[in-house]
Amino acid sequence: MDNSIWISILGFLATVALAFVVGVLYGGLVRKVTARIQNRVGPPFYQNFFDIVKLYSKTTAINHGWMQHLGPALAITASVTSLMFIPILNGQGDMMWFENLNFKGDLIFLLYMMVFGSLGMALGAGQTGNPHSAIGVSRGLSQMVGYEIPWVLALVAIMMQAETTSITGLIDYQNANDTWMMFESPLAFIAGILAMLGMFHYAPFDVPFAPAELASGPASEFGGKYLALMMTSGSIMAFVKLVLFVDIFMGGASNLVMLLVKTFLLYMVPVLYGIVSPRYRTEQSIRYFWGWPTAIGVLGVLYVVFIR
Amino acid sequence: MPNDKKSQKIVDIIQNAARKHSLFVLAYGTGCGAIEIPPTMTSRYDAERFGIRGMATPRQADVLLVTGYLATKTLKRVIRAYEQMQDPKYVIGFGSCTINGGMYWDSYNTIKLLDKYIPVDVYINGCMPRPEAVIEGFIELQGLIKDGKANGATKYKENIDWYRANQKKVIKNWNMPDYNW
Repeated sequence: MDNSIWISILGFLATVALAFVVGVLYGGLVRKVTARIQNRVGPPFYQNFFDIVKLYSKTTAINHGWMQHLGPALAITASVTSLMFIPILNGQGDMMWFENLNFKGDLIFLLYMMVFGSLGMALGAGQTGNPHSAIGVSRGLSQMVGYEIPWVLALVAIMMQAETTSITGLIDYQNANDTWMMFESPLAFIAGILAMLGMFHYAPFDVPFAPAELASGPASEFGGKYLALMMTSGSIMAFVKLVLFVDIFMGGASNLVMLLVKTFLLYMVPVLYGIVSPRYRTEQSIRYFWGWPTAIGVLGVLYVVFIR
Repeated sequence: MPNDKKSQKIVDIIQNAARKHSLFVLAYGTGCGAIEIPPTMTSRYDAERFGIRGMATPRQADVLLVTGYLATKTLKRVIRAYEQMQDPKYVIGFGSCTINGGMYWDSYNTIKLLDKYIPVDVYINGCMPRPEAVIEGFIELQGLIKDGKANGATKYKENIDWYRANQKKVIKNWNMPDYNW
């Protein structure tokens, strides 16, 4: 009994460290890939570690009220909490301690938890009183209304197909049938991938941050340590989303190398699509998500209900 | 203090290395110098190789790049942007206009020496300095940061009365908020 608590704590620390390192590393690799596609040399792949260390060592003397101080803290709380409910590896090897707090129905819990960070950020950015932040927050929340619909439809389709609402249950279903959910339920996978484009906020869906028009959107009044917290939380959240996708659509991963290969290939989908795209306007982006992705999601649900 | 030479402990060395390799630039594009910034940042000269990256707001920036002459009206905005930046912060004066007024040396409404109003760490001379010279200036600044010598912000805080007097001498309608950084 006493021993299992220590293993849980060890698993918690190992998971957070892994998510931080991999998330920040992927951020740097994305900058490198972007640079190579634009025919540049680009920063070294460890550039984001320098950025985060530098930002943590800056002083921060901005005060707009207590919600502004709480916003980044809520964001990182949401990221770490979401991370705790994701099984990193599918538990067939000897790395069982990467399964942290999974319980029955955790996929529905995650649906709410993954939004919580953005809402905390929105409250924090709203209090700074910067007009760029206010516009960025309203754009971000509008876009969230857009991509949440195909995302939920995709999840409903696969949850009905596997008749479980837990992520470990979905992994077990895929392992038992020796297949991946992306082949079992391809329409749901397509809807999920299209929603993922919006979730990662790369172009053409970088509407809330819009560097050329909104300064940097919600973050424009946050500097120094707050920006570092937001970068950390964003890196962890990117890792959470990627591992969640690998778990529910691609059968999970049995070891760390497989996990890195799968998540990196999956991450290249929004990144490569983003590099060659300009930016949508807000209403174009929402109209996009309520068009084909939602239709494909509905078809995916109907496919599961009537055909299988 | 991070830039105090006597107490360069191991933490300071790590922090200075990180600061050196990660410079977020607020390019304050006044005058003709602004046109040299896009080629410096984009594919041709690619300043991102050195960790130099553009930032859109003063809150997130480390380096204030003042690119050219400053009318007294613009100087007010530059001071305001500079005081909103978070420590440690650096200023690069870009082009002859920030050193001696350049071709505006006898103009009635431009300042001549930027260093009298905000502390400049590195000057890049030329009219215009090409992107190679700009990158050279950034590398000079990186060297200063590594040695802990780029302490313009501390100088500004210590001599705030002198700087304020100079600023108020040229800016007639001084109605700016006070910052308690």
